[in-house]
Amino acid sequence: MELVTPGIGLIFWQTVTFIVVLFLLSKFAWKPIMNALHERETSIENALSAAEKAKLEMQGLKAENEKLLAEARMERDKILKEASDAGNALIETAKQKANEEGSRMIAQARESIENEKRAAITEVKNMAAVLSVDIAERILRKELSNPQAQQELAKDYIKEVTLN
Amino acid sequence: MKKLFILLFSFLTISAHAEAAAEGGEFKPGDLIMHHIADDYTWHFADGVTLYLPVILIDNGTPKVFSSSNFYDENHALVPYEGYVLNHGHIYRADANGQPAADQSSLLDFSITKNVASLFASVILLFAVFLTIAGSYKKNRGKAPNGIQSFFEPIIIFVRDEIAKGNIGPKYERYMPYLLTIFFFIWFNNLLGLMPGGANLTGNIAVTLVLATLTLLITVFSGNKSYWSHIFATPGVPAWLAPIMIPVELIGILTKPFSLMVRLFANITAGHIIILSLFSLIFIFQSVAVAPISVAFAIFMFFLELLVALLQAYIFTLLSAMYFGGAVEEHDHVGDHGHGDGAH
Repeated sequence: MELVTPGIGLIFWQTVTFIVVLFLLSKFAWKPIMNALHERETSIENALSAAEKAKLEMQGLKAENEKLLAEARMERDKILKEASDAGNALIETAKQKANEEGSRMIAQARESIENEKRAAITEVKNMAAVLSVDIAERILRKELSNPQAQQELAKDYIKEVTLN
Repeated sequence: MKKLFILLFSFLTISAHAEAAAEGGEFKPGDLIMHHIADDYTWHFADGVTLYLPVILIDNGTPKVFSSSNFYDENHALVPYEGYVLNHGHIYRADANGQPAADQSSLLDFSITKNVASLFASVILLFAVFLTIAGSYKKNRGKAPNGIQSFFEPIIIFVRDEIAKGNIGPKYERYMPYLLTIFFFIWFNNLLGLMPGGANLTGNIAVTLVLATLTLLITVFSGNKSYWSHIFATPGVPAWLAPIMIPVELIGILTKPFSLMVRLFANITAGHIIILSLFSLIFIFQSVAVAPISVAFAIFMFFLELLVALLQAYIFTLLSAMYFGGAVEEHDHVGDHGHGDGAH
């Protein structure tokens, strides 16, 4: 019975002390501790969500970068293709032009050769004519140095001239 | 550490044995154990190391303060002092023969007993620990905890998140100071009670009575409309049952703190009784051969008691939080007939 009979003295001291402890600890310990914990938790939460946001942003940036890179790559390919096309076309035209020029020059050359040839032939012919007249003149002069030969010739001419 | 405990415990037990022997022969374990778990006017740390605590009496409204050493003569025998006598752990008015007189009315005993002294010591410890921690929180604002702060922070967070938030709900914040205070008060005092020479404060029914009464008062004063309507007009119960239901519910208000009071008192006292009984075995058998077994069991019990010290603090706090939660809970759904007090 002794054990389960609360004593007035201890009830009094316990009540007073506990209430004082409760009051003082609430004011000077629990309040700052709870506030500090709350503050820290909020700051950690904020930091985490900021990190999450930054991560998402980074991902967005990365995706954008990749997109830009892909675009740039495509652009480059396009430009390269265009350039090579343009180059090919240029070469093609140049070749064509060169061919044309070449054939034109060949044609010209052929023409001028022809002309030269014709001129040369004409000159040879003329020369041959002069030479033959000269030769003929010399021969004639020699032949006709004796009267008999003159006569004979005259005779030949006369023979040739058929009197119609 | 263990050795130290054993040594200190055996010190206590031996000195008690010596006392018992001096008082007249036979060893009575019951008396020894009751002496150790009951309150006292002196604090007996070890043989020859005794602190005589002040006696404060209010006799018919006149306060009287004197040292309890006045009740003992040089042979450590009890003697009457200024018309008062110490008999079986209580102070009575003495008659002419130095025996308790028949008339003991309006004699109030507010002495600083061993338990009160231990209470003050625990309060100093509580202040020292938690004001230091509060200081560290101010100093390490927004930084990671260090030192003693990092030991107690998880416990404080556990009380807040698992005990308060889980059982009280969104209004938990205003109960936090009370819950934290009872949790650490009970835990610290349970541990101090396990110290060699420590007082059995939380195993004293007066202490648990006060703690349980505070829980009751807070519950009753924070009870909202739905809490009281559950008591005076329990939903789903026909009106003609009210004459039975209302007394039952009112008794229910009282049985909850009553169970808190008895649970803490009985658990702590029982732990002390078991450890002391195990040591008493050595003296009952009057054989040193029993000592290893006694000590082994006592060590086991001691570790169990360390767990119980924390567990009982947790249970008291948890149930208090549940009662508060029941008092502030909003029952806005009509179909809910549950009581939500968790004490069934």
